Amino acid sequence: MKELSLNILDIAQNSFAVGAPNTSVVLDETDDTLRITVSDDGCGMSPETLKKVSDPFFTTRTTRKVGLGIPLFRLAAEQTGGYVNIKSSQSGKDRGTVTEGLFYKKHIDFTPLGDIVSTVCSMMQGCGENNLLFVHRINGKEVRLDSRELRSVLGDIPLSVPEVQQWIRGYLEQQYDEIKNNNI
Amino acid sequence: MKTLEELAQIRERMKDKVNLREGQNGIRIVVGMATCGIAAGARPVLNTLVEEVAKQGLSDKATVTQTGCIGICQYEPVVEVFEGSKEKVTYVKVTPDMAKRIVTEHIRDGKPVAEYTIGNYKI
Repeated sequence: MKELSLNILDIAQNSFAVGAPNTSVVLDETDDTLRITVSDDGCGMSPETLKKVSDPFFTTRTTRKVGLGIPLFRLAAEQTGGYVNIKSSQSGKDRGTVTEGLFYKKHIDFTPLGDIVSTVCSMMQGCGENNLLFVHRINGKEVRLDSRELRSVLGDIPLSVPEVQQWIRGYLEQQYDEIKNNNI
Repeated sequence: MKTLEELAQIRERMKDKVNLREGQNGIRIVVGMATCGIAAGARPVLNTLVEEVAKQGLSDKATVTQTGCIGICQYEPVVEVFEGSKEKVTYVKVTPDMAKRIVTEHIRDGKPVAEYTIGNYKI
């Protein structure tokens, strides 16, 4: 993966695939660190499965015998001196999965975040009828997009409609521009 | 300036169109978005397909959706086009430029781009 935003898209796909009603993708960025947290309230994983997700020769899919999503994310974090931590529960109020990665941005092996706007568009395109919250905090400022807010305006028009997708892209780019302009 | 008001206007324009949802009559464009697809470049292909369908005003005719691993990881990014009872068309090693042509020639004009299909792929 050439961009961390591709890893984020890949991990969020797992939450959509199990039909988690609510998924959130939160990025916390300082000058030195980037913390990426993908949380869902989906079916969760058993302790046995959780132990195996970082093993590239484990996967739930049936089409191939390798599963590289989490191993690649972990590699990207650990090569900067950071870590990936996954918590998962199949019942109770913590039901769901939380995948958290910490990255040190100044490390020479830090993979750039890349085109996060395209990732958020793709996630909003693919989350189906479920909810997705995206928050990117950069040195105290915030970019935010909540599918629930969009649906309260759109009614039964799906987020995947191309015209809606174009609006989402513009809305995000505008928020990032505001942050950039404030920093100059 | 993008506002929620503008989004409400999109809703007004779109509400009478019938084919906005997957599975209703129109054409379904499906992009493989598992780890293999994403790593091979499926995200810009997906984004381009969505953009072109909007630009060319085809959103009441075709939907763009995502799927997991189709099992032919070495050919990713893979785009499949389903239309009614017609045989599915599978495009392989798709790039954003190829995606534009697929929307124009296949979705708009109804002629699949034969040279991009899996049957014509040469290793």
